[in-house]
Amino acid sequence: MSRQLERTVRSLTEAAPLFAALGDATRLAVVARLCTEGPLSTSRLSDGAAVSRQAITKHLETLAEAGLVRDARLGRERIWQLEPRRLDLARRELDRIGDQWDAAIGRLKAFVEEER
Amino acid sequence: MSTASTDRIEKRVILQAPRARVWKAIANAEEFGTWFRMQFDGPFVEGQAVRGRVLYPGYEHMTGELLIVRIEPEHYFAYRWHPYAVDMNIDYSGEPTTLVEFRLEDDGANTVLTVVESGFDQIPHARRAEAYRMNDGGWTGQMENIAGYVTTA
Repeated sequence: MSRQLERTVRSLTEAAPLFAALGDATRLAVVARLCTEGPLSTSRLSDGAAVSRQAITKHLETLAEAGLVRDARLGRERIWQLEPRRLDLARRELDRIGDQWDAAIGRLKAFVEEER
Repeated sequence: MSTASTDRIEKRVILQAPRARVWKAIANAEEFGTWFRMQFDGPFVEGQAVRGRVLYPGYEHMTGELLIVRIEPEHYFAYRWHPYAVDMNIDYSGEPTTLVEFRLEDDGANTVLTVVESGFDQIPHARRAEAYRMNDGGWTGQMENIAGYVTTA
């Protein structure tokens, strides 16, 4: 295995739990709220949610295990915030497909221009 | 940070070829396969699915299916497919697809091509990571080949 490939496999293995953590509608909604509203307490995050506060707490802990969010205690409240670096990893996976398109479009360009 | 940005990929390129030539390279299944590295069972027909075999060395056992969504001659071509369907032991038919769109516009004697692949947010995240693990070796090698091919062309 080439060194580059080894590096890729390592980064993907690292990304797998991240995708699993994001693969849930409630957790995605929580991440979206933390994205747009900034750090929020457990009770704020539970307001308006379709599931109980206990369920939200469990989802937040799953996200924390994947390194997507971090919590801090403020008095009796737990405040949650995003770890943007981990989300960037998900973004990079999409960039990889973009690279595949770049390669395919490069071949298309060579193909249609070669007759000139 | 936008969550929407994970849903689509958009690429634009200026091709030094007339629109009719670019159109043929995209809408003709055989020509499409030449640069996309797939060999298709039949022509691209609106509303129909067409199966193709991957031509990349080491991946010839893999097949993929394109569902041709729309053909507007010399302007627009779109299909749906399973972007991570790399494991022959998994039935992907029940899973969501992404939409791939090609738009062609004139730019003098050249053609501006825009390619958009969208719908990634609907794809199960676990599938993405798994598929990347499986196919990245192929793509890494492919990228190296292309780099050599394009720079000598």
